[in-house]
Amino acid sequence: MLTRLGPPLAIGLLAGPIIAGLAGTILPAFGYFPALGGFTFNLVPFAAVLAEPGIWMSVAISIGTGLAAAAISLAAVMLFVAGWSGTRTFARIQHLVSPLLSVPHAAVAFGLAFLIAPSGMLTRLVSPVLTGWQQPPDVLIVHDAAGIAMTAGLIVKEIPFLLLIALAALPQTDPARTRALTASLGYGPVAGFLHGTWPPLYKQMRLAVFAVIAFSTSVVDVAQILGPTTPAPLAVRLTEWMRDPDLAMRFMASAGALLQLGLTALAILIWIGLERVSSAICHRIRASGWRFRRDGWLRSLGLACVMLAVLTVFAGLATLALWSVAGLWQYPDAMPEWLTLKNWMKTLPRIAGPLGTTVIIATLSTLIAVVLSLLSLLREDETGRRAGRGALMLLYLPLIVPQVAFLFGLQLILILAGAAASLPALVLAHLVFVMPYVFLSLSDPWRAYDRRYEAVAAGLGKQRWTVFFRVKLPMLARPVLTAAAVGFAVSVGLYLPTVLIGAGRLETITTEAVALASGGNRRVIGVYAFLQMLLPALGFLVAIFAPALIFRHRRAMRV
Amino acid sequence: MAEQGLHLDQVSIALNGNALLAVDQRVAPGEVFTVMGPSGSGKSTLLAFIGGFLDPVFSASGRVVLDGTELTNFAAQDRHAGILFQDPLLFPHMSVCANLAFAIPASVNGRKSRADLADTALNDVGLTGMGARDPDTLSGGEKARVALARALLSGPRMLLLDEPFSKLDAGLRQQMRELVFAKARAIHLPVVLVTHDEADAEAAGGDILRIDGT
Repeated sequence: MLTRLGPPLAIGLLAGPIIAGLAGTILPAFGYFPALGGFTFNLVPFAAVLAEPGIWMSVAISIGTGLAAAAISLAAVMLFVAGWSGTRTFARIQHLVSPLLSVPHAAVAFGLAFLIAPSGMLTRLVSPVLTGWQQPPDVLIVHDAAGIAMTAGLIVKEIPFLLLIALAALPQTDPARTRALTASLGYGPVAGFLHGTWPPLYKQMRLAVFAVIAFSTSVVDVAQILGPTTPAPLAVRLTEWMRDPDLAMRFMASAGALLQLGLTALAILIWIGLERVSSAICHRIRASGWRFRRDGWLRSLGLACVMLAVLTVFAGLATLALWSVAGLWQYPDAMPEWLTLKNWMKTLPRIAGPLGTTVIIATLSTLIAVVLSLLSLLREDETGRRAGRGALMLLYLPLIVPQVAFLFGLQLILILAGAAASLPALVLAHLVFVMPYVFLSLSDPWRAYDRRYEAVAAGLGKQRWTVFFRVKLPMLARPVLTAAAVGFAVSVGLYLPTVLIGAGRLETITTEAVALASGGNRRVIGVYAFLQMLLPALGFLVAIFAPALIFRHRRAMRV
Repeated sequence: MAEQGLHLDQVSIALNGNALLAVDQRVAPGEVFTVMGPSGSGKSTLLAFIGGFLDPVFSASGRVVLDGTELTNFAAQDRHAGILFQDPLLFPHMSVCANLAFAIPASVNGRKSRADLADTALNDVGLTGMGARDPDTLSGGEKARVALARALLSGPRMLLLDEPFSKLDAGLRQQMRELVFAKARAIHLPVVLVTHDEADAEAAGGDILRIDGT
């Protein structure tokens, strides 16, 4: 009975806020919102947006950085999987990459900034010995006008994401046998992969790639930390308008959010065009019979790209950690003069509140998401009908619709309902983003479960819920906890939903950390960013070690 | 007095409108009814239908009657069908003893009497003192015997066997066959055996239904 509620509840809680939010964005965008004094439909808000200085530049930056980030990270992942899948190097990198997925975007962006800034770790390591610099060079690296630093920040974070998506889909494409086949026909590994394995693999990754484009073209936190400021990418400017105390700005912000929606749609359309072109090129190459046997350099390039991304993130995080305990640290010293816990002692009192909020919101939204996912999957077991393409699209909806497009409207509705900045509202907003990740990460292991165990247990006379709680759930404890850890990490890292729905009154460590970006106090930022990566890591530690401890005498329960 | 044993009354199973098998058969207590067919012929769906865990993608008609009671609309857990699959499927997160205790009906009260029952069941299949072991550390033959003991402990009223001997090597297979059939005979259980091994059918000695894989 209860399971019957699973799918409709899950769908309602996902689609409800998005649809209501979109409506709440579209109406004021066209000037209509009685509560704010807009009684007629008009195009004034759009005119106001287009009259903003440099607005088209902002649009261009958003599209350019977003597409570049998606294209470069996908190319790196493709080359890497093509050249190395099935090798020991591949397995090793895989282990390195998985934990990176849980690090919030903002922490990665801060880490990168601390590395590449003129006074950052990289120039310190080579100065003054190689460069002769006694002062940081006066160049704009972070916040560069073309958005290169921002693109780099997105790439190092999207490579782990796309790689893990590719790894999940890879077994279904039977890469080892395809490789053997293409090799026997004389194709080099990369060419063989491109012609044999990549087309079906990409088909399965496509929604995730769209999600990357949508995210990258509309990102706010990474853009605030690394992106250009004159002008800033569109989503950053929108968020500023939205947070303006003058409520009349809401009309303009909403119109801007629709511009953002169109911009992201355009970026995805451009991408689909690129897909066509590259598939035509591949077709040509295939028809020519070109074997591309000497591809060692290309394989190395793929490895180098992925390694560079991974090392950058790790080095960035290490630098953050170092800054959080740094005493006096003058340029161009590579190490602080001394280490101290003073930064932590000073920061902790005011971090306690946001930290508590972060943990409560993340725990509640994850818990709800796990229960709803389990109910939906149980319902799937009962009916024998798998969630179809429609359900999959719905799950990806919150990841493909730019966040600003529906969060603006959602915030407006919640403010009018008097529910903004309340804990339930924020949990609900987080759930929209947590739920897809929890369900996607749980559904594969769930469906791979050997259901004969359930038949055996039922044959022993056990009721359905007994079978669930005593047999299926314990046997799937590891994937369930892992899915929960993923959900927890997603919630901890969420910036825009927290800023908008929390309305400045509910702060998490992520919103606080991003707010510190402009201040530039590296020690305090180090503390916040360190906690940002610590929380998700704790979640994953529990997910790994709790089952290992509980089932330590059960060999078949080990991975 | 209702008729004892299992009655498969005009049972037929189809997938997307294609009939997989049709059977009308009575299986007396202690007898073995064997269904033979190549893999992929759908013979296991008959067991799933009898046991009440048929995948909803299949459609089935006919009745399953056990000792005069019709089970067709009963949930799997109310049918009292002991099931043995090709794999022993011991619950990997429980000890051998916990696997057995899980099978003992709730009507048996008290920790002590439940533990005694489990111990006796282990003795009966020649595995005295193995209760505390992790099931994964047992040999293939030992696992199969625990699975049998577990099925019998739940007080089944019939046994459904889905190629339960096919993964054992030849010597063990013979032994296990004899053990299973002897137990079934001793407690008068009707047995339905699905297999592709002629030797299984011969050892079972009951009626045989052959289905082809078309």
